[in-house]
Amino acid sequence: MEDKAGVEFVPSIVGFLCNWCTYAAADLAGSSKFALPPSFTVIRVMCSSRIDHNLLLSTYFKGADGILVAGCHPGDCHYGEGNYYARRRFALLKKVMETLNLDPERLQLSWVSASEGKRYAEVVGEFTEKIKELGPNPIKNSTRF
Amino acid sequence: MSSIVIDTSASRKVKELLRFLLDSGKIDAAVTMRKIPENNSYDLTLITDAPDLDEAVPVIPVMTVNAGQVLSSISTSGKKIAAVLKPCELRAFVELVKREQGSFENLLTISYTCGGVFPLELVKEGQIEELLPKYDKTISKGEVPINTRDTCRACEHFIPMNADITVSVSGECESGKGCVMYLNTEKAEEFTEGFGGERSEQKFDPSLFQKTLDARLAEKGKLFASITKDGPGLDGLLDLFGKCVGCHGCNSVCPICYCLLCDFESANFDYNLPYFEEYLSRRGALRLPPDTIFFHMGRLTHMSFSCVGCGMCSDVCPVGIPVAAVFKKTGEKTAALFDYVPGRDVEESIPVMVYKEEELSDIG
Repeated sequence: MEDKAGVEFVPSIVGFLCNWCTYAAADLAGSSKFALPPSFTVIRVMCSSRIDHNLLLSTYFKGADGILVAGCHPGDCHYGEGNYYARRRFALLKKVMETLNLDPERLQLSWVSASEGKRYAEVVGEFTEKIKELGPNPIKNSTRF
Repeated sequence: MSSIVIDTSASRKVKELLRFLLDSGKIDAAVTMRKIPENNSYDLTLITDAPDLDEAVPVIPVMTVNAGQVLSSISTSGKKIAAVLKPCELRAFVELVKREQGSFENLLTISYTCGGVFPLELVKEGQIEELLPKYDKTISKGEVPINTRDTCRACEHFIPMNADITVSVSGECESGKGCVMYLNTEKAEEFTEGFGGERSEQKFDPSLFQKTLDARLAEKGKLFASITKDGPGLDGLLDLFGKCVGCHGCNSVCPICYCLLCDFESANFDYNLPYFEEYLSRRGALRLPPDTIFFHMGRLTHMSFSCVGCGMCSDVCPVGIPVAAVFKKTGEKTAALFDYVPGRDVEESIPVMVYKEEELSDIG
């Protein structure tokens, strides 16, 4: 997607990655030299269940075009069951966004284990493409929120 | 379980029961609405001396504060308390008990089929007395009284869930014909032992309220449509919450918002010079006070699934934002995700405290 001046839209995406699985996968993707989009900002958290709704909402209201939450596969949580709770909370936020008609597609939850460097590159790449299609978050340049 | 025939008005009978309970020492205190004759107003009161019950009006369509919220701090005192609650107040209290903010152990709950409450702006200068005859007549016909709170008109949970004693309130009741107090639990039987009045075996029949339910559901459809059919979108959110002054009044009267320190009032939301500098370096202007829409969305995500639709938030909003309607609409959707009904069962955990291994496969 390009703007009026023909400049390609580079989405700013924030990824909240679980320390034990997806963060390690990001590391592996890097050392395996998979291509990763430069506009993807990683925030390391100790568990996907540590992510409070307000962290995601804050990111959204600060103008992030996309938000990815990624952690261990269900059943493989380092702490046993954190990602099950994370999934419920994420579903709640998505439902609120959906009810208010606020682009819930800008939020994505994915499971990427520590050994899945290639999958990490794919997930991040695909999500970036999806956000490129969606275009910029309208909040980004608005001064009303 | 038996029932007690009410030979007078519902409010008077409940008052008699409270007096009996206090006099016989079965309870230490009663929580009920009371009239303030000096200014023709009402308040919620904690009463320990039977003579102070004189001005009590247990059944009145006024909610000055959600009683579930205030019960939370007194229900764990170890004292025996009887509380007269509207169905949504009882549901709010159930939600609080699930969050370990109260206990049913020493509590006798008395609730009634609720016709909805009047907004607080009408609770002055004797206006309620003027409105009451028409109100009673309307609910006896199974219709929805006008000028009650918008979420009351749209409330389908007007029959108490889990009350120890349910009082059936309708127009017939006020004229003294066949109105009944249902004893739903062993606790209720135990507390009312020795209380006079004719007993009957009549069972509560929800089907008698079908007409009311249909009318309420129709009102609910209208209320939800008033907040735009497909959701407001960003511009719609500005229309809805744009007037917000950030007073957090909705938060402080909400019976579900029990956190001693709300995230939005914590240091996380202290706006200091670096915050403004950072924000303004990216955008040329900042709406003040900041983050008001974020605040409402934060609350929606944190607690909307437990929203009982009592309408306190809309009632106290100084700028007339339909907070309760937005929360009720969103809350129904978020609760439906987990097949949850706030206040239905105290044994049912709140959705964010439990999980199923196989669920939400479309989410992740």
